[in-house]
Amino acid sequence: MADPSGAQTQGGSRVGRAVVYGLLILVCLYYLMPLFLMVSTSLKTLDEIRGGDLLARPQQVNFDAWIKAWDSACTGVQCGGMKGYFMNSVRFVVPAVLISTLIGAFNGYVFTLWRFKGSDVLFSMLMIGCFIPFQVVLLPMAQTLGRFGIANSTTGLIFVHVVYGLAFTTLFFRNFYITVPDELVKAAKIDGAGFVRIFLRIILPLSTPIIVVSVIWQFTQIWNDFLFGVVFSSGERQPITVALNNLVNTSTGVKEYNVDMAAAIIAALPTLFVYAVAGKYFVRGLTAGAVKG
Amino acid sequence: MGALSVRNVRKSYGPVDILKGIDIDVESGEFLILVGPSGCGKSTLLNMIAGLDSITSGEIYIGDRLVNHLSPKDRDIAMVFQSYALYPNMTVRKNISFGLEMRRVPHAEQDRIVDNVARILQMGHLLDRKPAQLSGGQRQRVAMGRAIARNPTLFLFDEPLSNLDAKLRVEMRTEIKLLHQRVGKTIIYVTHDQIEAMTLGDKIAVMNAGELQQFGTPEQVYANPVNLFVAGFMGSPSMNFIPVPIVPLGGGLGVKLEIAGNTRVFPVNGAEPQLRAWQGREVTMGIRPENITHKDESHANEPNHPIAPAKVEVSEPTGPDTLIMVRINGKDVVCRVHPSHAKRHGEMMDLMFDMSRTVFFNPQTGSRLA
Repeated sequence: MADPSGAQTQGGSRVGRAVVYGLLILVCLYYLMPLFLMVSTSLKTLDEIRGGDLLARPQQVNFDAWIKAWDSACTGVQCGGMKGYFMNSVRFVVPAVLISTLIGAFNGYVFTLWRFKGSDVLFSMLMIGCFIPFQVVLLPMAQTLGRFGIANSTTGLIFVHVVYGLAFTTLFFRNFYITVPDELVKAAKIDGAGFVRIFLRIILPLSTPIIVVSVIWQFTQIWNDFLFGVVFSSGERQPITVALNNLVNTSTGVKEYNVDMAAAIIAALPTLFVYAVAGKYFVRGLTAGAVKG
Repeated sequence: MGALSVRNVRKSYGPVDILKGIDIDVESGEFLILVGPSGCGKSTLLNMIAGLDSITSGEIYIGDRLVNHLSPKDRDIAMVFQSYALYPNMTVRKNISFGLEMRRVPHAEQDRIVDNVARILQMGHLLDRKPAQLSGGQRQRVAMGRAIARNPTLFLFDEPLSNLDAKLRVEMRTEIKLLHQRVGKTIIYVTHDQIEAMTLGDKIAVMNAGELQQFGTPEQVYANPVNLFVAGFMGSPSMNFIPVPIVPLGGGLGVKLEIAGNTRVFPVNGAEPQLRAWQGREVTMGIRPENITHKDESHANEPNHPIAPAKVEVSEPTGPDTLIMVRINGKDVVCRVHPSHAKRHGEMMDLMFDMSRTVFFNPQTGSRLA
């Protein structure tokens, strides 16, 4: 049966919907513009870049700049491209992400489900770590690394990122575990499981959403970090962000914008990849526990 | 041999006393209910029996073992929680066998026990599901299955039915009672629902504000409450409390009641010795709704079943009975009458008082006088 008022609201909502979608598409284009420019520039030849329109699409897709960026571009005096630095980054980012996530999970578990006298104070102190700017810890961290004998090493860089990331990962897991009912731990205790076993068998298997959040967050932070990388490593061992900086800032020779763009995209790809694979868990994890399931 | 003995157990958080010296003894195979309003300390006591909460002072024995310093897993107990506390990442089968696995029961034996438990609780078809795929009642059943599987000496239930809807709650209540009759183990059961307490318990411990108010069979607690709190807490609708002056009546004593504008004096049946000292003063008389009914010919003319007409203020049919509200001595009083005798709002109705079932309390302290 036709209902005129119903039809009218439907028509009204259709206009509203169109406006919303239109706006979203506009915003989307706005945010995608830099990416488009980077990709299209990286696929052009230098001549085309010099002579042509910035917004024009490449006349012919040309991967030379990508190959050069990966394999033979010069960063300072080295001319081995980004590949070595890419692997450097992988080598310290993966362990740093995994270790900081695991310790964060363990901390969160203790701070919520095995509270002890002073645990709230300790947690608050740990949270201060979230507000300390990178620059503040540079000198003391350099001294500490020196004393441990791991200065200027991959291990040292992993250590720095784990320490700095702990405050965040602990906060993530603690806020997630707060939504886990105490009774679950009580039931496991009565069933005869101990501290470690409850963590491994009951709590950790529940934590997938927050593990994903922690991994994405830590991966992005550590992969994109420049300051710790430039301060606590040098030469061959530098991470990709530092190498990218060196490549783009090289003052000798011709400025190769296509190579710069390709290198920048290479440096950004892993984080894009992580978001693409785990992005839907990210939002789900951040809002976990907000609604009773 | 007693199954559980709680001796002068106290719990304090700093200066705040949560439990103020609790003494309870439970015989083997008994079903004990800990009942009381929220915050009375009943769940704390249960957690202390389970070993999940520390004891400030006192002793707890399970069987003849002092368990004060034993960890929960060594107390030979199993517990069913309000939120069921099923392990969400494990199947029903795994949930039930987890405790067995922790105790290093061989695999074949685990399977045998799980199948047996599934048969007892009729949930064989659920064994391979995850808790999220179960309804509230099924989760409750799995939680009980997990407890049975371990075959402990003591079962602890912490408000296991409060998350279920009313109909399911009644069904599960019956199921728990059946389970108790079948396995014959000692059960300590915490609830704030006095109907659960009455229907399930062999013994009831009524608690309030960290103190044990009364400990006895459901019949004792219901018919012979030790104080105003217990009298008011047990029973639904709850006992009527009427302030009454004690006056001489013949050779004995009576209570003066003002009903529908008439003053009447009803005998205090057999309570004269205790009430003698209160003559001329006011006490609180407790009388349950079912003891003020329509005129019943079988008790007519008995002195302890006086009859008085009263004006019906409100009439609430419940089906089997109709609840009638009248005013006596300025208080609203609920009476339970047969629907066929019930009068409507504003009408007069003859009510029969069973004075042999009345109890009397000190109006200041709330303690029982007679």
